[in-house]
This record gives sequence, C-alpha cells and structure tokens, in this order.
Amino acid sequence: MLEEAWTLSPSVALRPEPFGALAYHFGNRKLTFLKRRELVALVRGLDEHIDVRAALTATGIPEDQHDAYAVALRGLADADMIRPRTATTEDAR
Amino acid sequence: MTELAERPTTGSLVQQFEYGLDAPICLTWELTYACNLECAHCLSSSGRRDPRELTTAQCEAVIDELQRMQVFYVNIGGGEPTIRPDFWHLLEYAVDRQVGVKFSTNGVRITPERARFLASTDYVDVQISVDGATAEVNDYVRGPGSFDTAVRALANLQDAGFRDAKISVVCTRHNIDQLDDFKALAERFGATLRLTRLRPSGRGADVWDELHPLPEQQRQLYDWLMAHGDRVLTGDSFFHLAAFGESLPGLNLCGAGRVVCLIDPVGDVYACPFAIHETFLAGNLLTGGFQQVWQTSSLFAQLRSPQTGGACASCSFYDSCRGGCMAAKFFTGLPLDGPDPECVQGYGELALAGNRVVPAPSQDHSKTAPTRSQPVMLTLTRREEIDAAPVTACASNPLAGYTLPRSLARP
Ligand code: SF4
Ligand code: SF4
Repeated sequence: MLEEAWTLSPSVALRPEPFGALAYHFGNRKLTFLKRRELVALVRGLDEHIDVRAALTATGIPEDQHDAYAVALRGLADADMIRPRTATTEDAR
Repeated sequence: MTELAERPTTGSLVQQFEYGLDAPICLTWELTYACNLECAHCLSSSGRRDPRELTTAQCEAVIDELQRMQVFYVNIGGGEPTIRPDFWHLLEYAVDRQVGVKFSTNGVRITPERARFLASTDYVDVQISVDGATAEVNDYVRGPGSFDTAVRALANLQDAGFRDAKISVVCTRHNIDQLDDFKALAERFGATLRLTRLRPSGRGADVWDELHPLPEQQRQLYDWLMAHGDRVLTGDSFFHLAAFGESLPGLNLCGAGRVVCLIDPVGDVYACPFAIHETFLAGNLLTGGFQQVWQTSSLFAQLRSPQTGGACASCSFYDSCRGGCMAAKFFTGLPLDGPDPECVQGYGELALAGNRVVPAPSQDHSKTAPTRSQPVMLTLTRREEIDAAPVTACASNPLAGYTLPRSLARP
C-alpha cells in the first residue's frame, strides 16, 4: 500500500473533533473515528502526494511507524473511507 | 470552556466520548408532541400539539445549523412526526442539505404513495414502532388497531421497493418471549429488527413497574442478543446487561449530553430523549442556536466532566456497565451515581426497595380526554395469573375463585 496512490472517498466528510476526526460515509452511512490528529492530516493529505509513503513523510510520521499507519489505512479502505486513486479519479478533478 | 481545554487528546474512544464531542453523533429531534396514538409507555408523554411548536422556518434554520455543524444524520420522532403538515417538506429540506434522516413512526401516514416517495430517496431511513409481534401484545400498550397500522406501513414500504426499513421494538415483560417472532416479522418485510430498552420516562414511569422485563427475562434477552446480536440493532441501549459477563457490541456508556441529545418540539434541548425533565434541560435553541447550547451549556459541561461510580465503583462490572442508564435511575428516584434499577447483579432491586422519591414530571402533553386509540391495559396481566383451566379448581372446590362481596365479607 505504501507505494500506491490513494485518496479520500468522494462520499466521505471529515468532522474535526478534539481527538482527531469523525469520518462519515454518505453512501454506506458508516461512521468511523480517526483517533489521532496525525491520521487525520495523513488522510486529508493523501490526495496531494504521489503515494502513501510520500504523504506519510509529508505529515511528519517517522518511518518506523509507516507500517502501523498502513494497517490503519487498510481498515479505512475496507469501509470505503479511502480509495485507490485511479486514472478516473484523477480525471474527475 | 475550561473543561474542553483541559481534556486529553489521547485515550480510548469511550474516554473521549465521555468528554463530549464538538457536535452530537446521536441527535434526536422530536418534531411534535401531537400523536394519533396514546401509547401507555410513551417516553415523551405525547398526545397534544404544543402551541409553541417550532415553525417551518425555525425548523429549516435548525437544519441549516446542523449542516454547518456537520451533524450527518438526525433521528426524527415525536409524537408522531408525520402528522406535522410540513413533515415531508422538512424531510426533503434536510436530505438536500446532507443531513440524513431516520424517522420513527407508528405508520399512520405511510401510504403507498408516501412509500414510493421514500423508496425514491437515498438518505432516509424509516423506523416503524411495533411493541408486540402479535396484535394482542402490541395493541395492549400501543392501543387498538396500532399493530395493523404498523404492518400495513411495512407492507406499503416493501411493495414500493423501500429497502431495509427498521422495526423498532421496546422490550417489555410481555414481548420478551416473542424475540424470534419479531425477527421473523422483520424478515418477512425485508426489514431489520431494532430492540430498545423500556425506560421509566414520560408515561413510561406510570407503567414501568408492570412492564419492565423481570430479572430472568433480562437474562433471556441477554442470551438472545449474544446469539443474534450481530444482525439486530439495539441503539446501544442494553449496556447494563454487560454485567452478565461479556459486553454487547456497541458503545458501552451513557452518552447523555456527551454524544447524545434531544431537541424537543419547542426547541428545548435535553441531555437525552429519555430525559425530558427540567433537571436535564440544557437550554432552548431559539435564543442563540443549537451549537451554543451544545457547546456552552453548564449542564452538558457537568455531564462531560469525570463522574464517580458511587455505589457502583466497587462492582467488578463497572467498566462495562458503568452504572447503567441515568434516565432510568432518575425517573425511579434512585441516585444518579448508584446502580441502575435493572442492575443485573440485583443491586437495583435493593435500591428500589429503599427510600426514594420518584420525581414529578415537569411536563405532559398527554391528551386530556381519552380517545378510542387509548390502550386498555387489562387483558394481558389477568391472563398471566391463570396457570390452569378454571375447571380444575372447580373440581376441588365449587367456590374456588369466588370471593365474597365486600359487604358480606365484613363481620
Ligand atoms: S440517559 Fe439512559 S438512554 Fe439516555 S443516553 Fe444515558 S444511558 Fe442512554
Ligand atoms: S452494581 Fe452498578 S456497575 Fe455493577 S452491575 Fe449493577 S448497575 Fe452495573
């Protein structure tokens, strides 16, 4: 996953909260809590970087934590909170 | 807001929830106190419309604010919300502003035409209230004809292609034996079953002693939820049952004023839909808006500050049960930092047997004169007591079951 390009799903809204953020998916109506502010910054930044690793670095997350964050992102992907950035999503912008 | 400034930013989600969120995640909005039915256990003592009910424009302003606060969905109830003439307009208004709606109804206005409209929307959930899997058990508390009304609504929704309606059941002494039947009813209509806890709120206070599940029925409910819980919704309302052993899925904490709250028909904001009482009134949204009440009310600040377990603190199940439901304690006159009246470790019964003063209701919108919808709570309790055919008793004593008229019985 670290070498892939990802983005926040178009149907997801992030609501800032003191502990991080609450992510709501308007399509599947799932509510997810992003329990760290770093994770929120990472998810918001996914779009602007060539791949996940670049986004992690830009968010200032130390390399030894990259794998742990990849696991968290995988969980978000399972709920369709984030999606792989494909040619179509690039075109749409 | 010193409380918020001092809150830690790490810790478990439950801990974070205890400190409160910037906006609620479970917001109930009761649009009207008017209702066509007169359910015996109505949590909001509904019946008559309040003349101060928010106008259409005021409701729209509330929705605009919810959109700004990113409250992604709201549970609309009442009373019977669909009898407000602007109900369908407000529904569309909310959905158009990305405020999803789940509304609770007794089904009275879910005509085939409305069902088709609902099926065409994408962001609306419908929850039909049914408190018995048979007309007999349901109508006993919800009033004559109410079961047929609910089933007709479910059929209309299904025929219109509305997917995954919810059937919402308040668990009582009379329907705990029907849990499998409720599940079958839900399956018949392609719906999802939702079970919630009977609380002594509103008119529920008057019938709670008679209707709340007996201790062995709580166990039965717990076992059933452990076996079927993954496909049944509970609104996280049974966390006091966690003291039987394993926690049930969902949030194990009282969310009142922290992640839960209620907007009532006149714009009063309460800590929880089951806590409509001046003690839990945080303010009115007409003065400075909902966000101001949610974020600055002193009541909510108090509810979000660390709580003590009181008499529960030494209980080994405190971590999962957390002393149960604040509203249930309050309306049975128990201390808020002690055990729940239905504490499954038996401490509730002890507490109920002690000295307590049940608080007087601070408001009541019940109809003043009973109508033909009023439930007649007679049949079921009598039947429970009959454990054998009367003929058996007669066979042993021709006067069995016959009590002398009072005047004759006196010496
Ligand atoms: S008062 Fe009871 S019903 Fe209300 S949020 Fe707390 S536990 Fe739930
Ligand atoms: S004593 Fe309190 S914490 Fe323990 S089970 Fe009873 S209500 Fe729950």
